Amino acid sequence: MSTALEHPTYNYKVVRQFAIMTVVWGIVGMLLGVILAAQLVWPQLNLDLPWTSFGRLRPLHTNAVIFAFGGSALMATSYYVVQRTCQTRLFSDKLAAFTFWGWQAVIVSAVITLPLGYTTTKEYAELEWPISILIAVVWVSYAIVFLMTVKQRKTSHIYVANWFFAAFILTVAVLHIVNNAALPVTAMYSVSVYSGTIDAMVQWWYGHNAVGFFLTAGFLGMMYYFVPKQAERPIYSYRLSIVHFWALIMIYMWAGPHHLHYTALPNWAQSLGMVMSIILLAPSWGGMINGMMTLSGAWHKLRTDPTLRFLVVALSFYGMSTFEGPMMAIKTVNALSHYTDWTIGHVHAGALGWVAMITIGSMYHLIPRLFGRTEMYSVGMIALHFWLATIGTVLYIASMWVNGILQGLMWRAINPDGTLMYTFIESVEASGPGYIVRLIGGLFWIIGMFIMAFNVFMTIKRSEASRQPIPQTV
Amino acid sequence: MDTGTFRGIITFLLIIAFLGITWWAYSRRRKPDFDEAAQLPFAEDDAQPNRDSSASPRSSSEQDGNGDSRTNKGDRNA
Repeated sequence: MSTALEHPTYNYKVVRQFAIMTVVWGIVGMLLGVILAAQLVWPQLNLDLPWTSFGRLRPLHTNAVIFAFGGSALMATSYYVVQRTCQTRLFSDKLAAFTFWGWQAVIVSAVITLPLGYTTTKEYAELEWPISILIAVVWVSYAIVFLMTVKQRKTSHIYVANWFFAAFILTVAVLHIVNNAALPVTAMYSVSVYSGTIDAMVQWWYGHNAVGFFLTAGFLGMMYYFVPKQAERPIYSYRLSIVHFWALIMIYMWAGPHHLHYTALPNWAQSLGMVMSIILLAPSWGGMINGMMTLSGAWHKLRTDPTLRFLVVALSFYGMSTFEGPMMAIKTVNALSHYTDWTIGHVHAGALGWVAMITIGSMYHLIPRLFGRTEMYSVGMIALHFWLATIGTVLYIASMWVNGILQGLMWRAINPDGTLMYTFIESVEASGPGYIVRLIGGLFWIIGMFIMAFNVFMTIKRSEASRQPIPQTV
Repeated sequence: MDTGTFRGIITFLLIIAFLGITWWAYSRRRKPDFDEAAQLPFAEDDAQPNRDSSASPRSSSEQDGNGDSRTNKGDRNA
């Protein structure tokens, strides 16, 4: 990488590395998702091999999109935002470089071990103990780099985006270390220190807060910087952002039991999880409204700026899925929706509509600036990517709503004599058309990601071509 | 004290803490500080070596100094 790109104050090298890997892992993770969607339509696509079976590729897909794509995006943006809003260089270039290479090592280990069948079986925490330890070491280093940079800030105030990033980093450290506490048996096999219902509760305390802090608080940090920046206006209400922050982190912690409705978990814990999930609507929508209202008086920018469109539609999907989530946490609704494709649809409304779209919008703002430019190679391609991603998400979630309600109703249908009206395989057969529509939605997404990769490649290439000093008129 | 009372007290304290944070955030005295903090993303000028001036019209407004076209809009959300 040419030294001409180096910023006089800031460490942009590590941000560039993470930003590029965000695009790369986005393609890998979403391609895996498309393959899995195709396997559900044509099961023979698992090739009858253990390594390419659905059960092994599915955790690889979730790890790749959440931790590889989402994680790289969060590290890129948090390092960029903390430097620019604290007006100081990252605390340690060496430690920052370690977080990059360490995190990539974690992801490569996942790509190797998950298809080989090494798994703890804990959802979103499948990686076996040696990799878990590496994650903990990298994550603590990340926390040190981020928090020490905040400590060295040249500004008096800590900007709200950094509060969200800091909460996300600290909480994920605690969640990861507690949930992965295990006794190693062999080099690639361990047993959780928790058992039975306690193990389930710890797992979903982790799992739901991985959603709440990794996929929400972290990306809200992104939102609080990139939405104002791209709209060229300050956040609608800084006061609301403070109340939003404290309300969100106080309430998210308690919502995990809604993943365990009608299980061996004590009934009071289930009800508590349900109530806290419903309360969570308030801070979630507070944050969404704060982001949306930032555009008041600047809505016309949406006509010409597809990057801003990504950010605003991400907020719309965030509002939609944070309404859907509390609704699905109500026990009577959950009785219909749980274990059906509705859950998968809800997750993707959040993961594609919110997480991926806010990430892509942020990347289209960030990447040209990291390479000494103000615009991507092609704004038209951003607009095309926007429509592919939006239509893809709508196809995905609509088909999963239909499938989920269909499955839920078929499973609970009972004959007058009390026997089940449908066999399980009948509900699978009825889901076929939905799986095809979902696959089409996934194809829209992966095509969009390839267009993004080309656009990013051309932006960097053009930036390098024009690297000779040009006299500037100021 | 039984567990239920203890939990009740904790819940009560959290509500008080939350109301306190809200009161603090919305107090008139804090407003100037928060207005200043809200401007932090714009404190940096985007001046960079070899920057691209051929792109969209938006980038020209960013180039005239602090990249701040908000100040002359007259419709700031105060």
